[in-house]
Amino acid sequence: MDIFSAESLHETWEILSTEFLQATWETLYATVLSTFFAILIGLPLGVLLVVGEKKGIAPLPKGLMSFLNILINLLRSVPFLILMIVVMPLTRLIMGTVVGTAPSIIPLVIASFPFVSRLVESSLREVNPNVIEAAQSMGATPFQIITKVLIPESVPSLISNFTIAITTILGYTAMSGVIGGGGLGKIAINYGYYRYKYLIMICAVILLIVMVQVFQSIGTHLAVKLDKRLKNQ
Amino acid sequence: MIQLDHLNKTFTTKDGDVDALKDICLTVNDGDIYGIIGMSGAGKSTLVRCINMLESPTSGAVLVDGVDMTKLSPAELREKRRNITMIFQSFNLLMQRTCLKNICFPLELAGRPKAEAEKKAKELLELVGLPDKANVYPAQLSGGQQQRIAIARALATNPQVLLCDEATSALDPKTTHAILELIRDIHDKMGLTVIIITHQMNVVEEICNRVAILDHGSVVEEGNVTDVFSQPKSDAAKRLVYPDGFQDAEFPKTMHKIRVVYNGAYATSKPLIAQMAEEEGILASILFASTRSIGKKAYGTMILGIDDDKETVDRAIAYIRKTKDIEVEEVE
Repeated sequence: MDIFSAESLHETWEILSTEFLQATWETLYATVLSTFFAILIGLPLGVLLVVGEKKGIAPLPKGLMSFLNILINLLRSVPFLILMIVVMPLTRLIMGTVVGTAPSIIPLVIASFPFVSRLVESSLREVNPNVIEAAQSMGATPFQIITKVLIPESVPSLISNFTIAITTILGYTAMSGVIGGGGLGKIAINYGYYRYKYLIMICAVILLIVMVQVFQSIGTHLAVKLDKRLKNQ
Repeated sequence: MIQLDHLNKTFTTKDGDVDALKDICLTVNDGDIYGIIGMSGAGKSTLVRCINMLESPTSGAVLVDGVDMTKLSPAELREKRRNITMIFQSFNLLMQRTCLKNICFPLELAGRPKAEAEKKAKELLELVGLPDKANVYPAQLSGGQQQRIAIARALATNPQVLLCDEATSALDPKTTHAILELIRDIHDKMGLTVIIITHQMNVVEEICNRVAILDHGSVVEEGNVTDVFSQPKSDAAKRLVYPDGFQDAEFPKTMHKIRVVYNGAYATSKPLIAQMAEEEGILASILFASTRSIGKKAYGTMILGIDDDKETVDRAIAYIRKTKDIEVEEVE
C-alpha cells in the first residue's frame, strides 16, 4: 500500500485526531515525571559521589563509595528494555500493574537515576576547588558547602546536563511502548511496526523530534541565561 | 598574637615523603603586618594554611591568642575561622552570586539575619571603594576590583587576623599598589593583624613591618623589614634583595651600595640621580636597574653605587627618601 494513498491519509488523519493528543500527553508526563524522580534520586547521589570521596569535603567509608559506584555502573550497563522486564515484579508491587504509562515510570526512573547521578557528579566536579577552600576558610560546614557553593555554582552546568537527561528519558519512554508503556512510542510500534501503517509511525517520530527540540531549546536558553560568569548581560 | 611552635608538615606522595615545613617557629604580634616571603615551592602557602588549619600540621602547635588551633574540634575550628579570614591569589569569589551576596556569604554561613548581613555588606562595599557594584556579578569586574570584593568578604565577620595568600600576585604593579594601600588602610582603621604571603619583594617592603624569609620549608631569616633587607645574611635573602643578574662581585668592596625601590613614584618625569648630583654634589653610579613605568609612575628596583664616605651615603639616602613612594636603604 502506498503510504500516501488517499486511504492511508484518511486513516492517518483519523488516528491523529483521536489518539495523538492523548499519546503526546502520556509521553510528556511520563518523561517529565521520570526526569523529576530521576533527579530527586540522582542529585543527592551525585553529591555523595563528589563529597564522599577520599579527598572530598565529607569523606565516606571506602566500602560505601565502592558499593555506590558499582551499583551505578551495574544499572547503567543493563539495556533499558531488559531492565524494564527485570523490574516488572517491582513495578507490579508498587503500581499494581505493569501495563500503561504510569507503571512505565518505575523502570524509567530506575534506568535513568544512575545516569543522572553521573551527570551531577561531572557538573559538581567543575566547581573551582579554590572556591570550596575559600568557603572552608570562612567556617562553612560540609552541608553549607553543598547547598551554598557546590550546587548554586554549578547551576548552569546542571541545567545543561538535566536537558541531556530529559531528552534521553524521552527516548526511553518511546522504547517503553514496546512492552506495555503508553504514549507516542506505543502508537509508533502498534500501528507502524505491527500493522505496517508507516505514515502514522512517521508522524509519531516527528512529534518526538519536535519534543526533543523544544526541551533542548528551553534547556540551552535557561543554562545560558542563568550563567552569571558570562559577561555583558 | 599568633605563635607557630616547632611546626612541621610532611606530605606523603608516591615518590616518598616531602617535608614542606621544617621546624617553623614564628611569633606574629597583634597589629603586625607580617610578611612571609619565599620563592615558589618554599612552603609559604602550606605555612599560611596551617594557621587556619586548611592544612593540618604533622607536628607542632599553632597558638592563636594562646588557643592551640590543632586541638580544636571541627565546630570550634569553624567558629575560630570567622576570626581569621583569608584572601587568595585567584580571589575565589562565588561567580553565580552578586558582589553584595558574596560579601554576605560568611555572615550567611554564621547564621546572621539577612537584613543585618546586607547592611554590613553595603558598609564594606563603601570601605573598599566599590559602592556601586552591589548588584554586579564578579565576572564583570577587573582583577583588582574582584580582590576588593574578596577583601570586603573577608572583613564581614569582623576578624582580628587577615591572611593574604599571594593576594596581589595576579595583579599588575599599579593595582598591586592600590590593593596594598587598601590593606594598610584597613589595618590602621580596624587594628587588624595581617599576614602576607608573597614572592614579591616590593609587597613586603611596601607594607610589612616584619618579615620572615622561607626557603625550602625553613625560616632562614626573621625580623624587622629594614634590618633583614639592609643586611641580608642568608643566600635566600640575598637572592631576594639583589635581583636576578646583579653580580655583587663585579664591584669594588669599598663602594657603598644603596637599594632604591620604586613603588609607584612619579620618577619618570624627574631625573633623580642627575638632580642628586647637581643639588647635593653626590655622584652615584647605577650598578643595576630593573624598573618599568606604568602611566607616569615607576615600579622596580635599582642599586646605586657610591664610592665615598659614610656621611655622603647617608646624605644620598636622605635626599632620595624625600621623593614619595620610594623606599631606600643601604645594603651590604
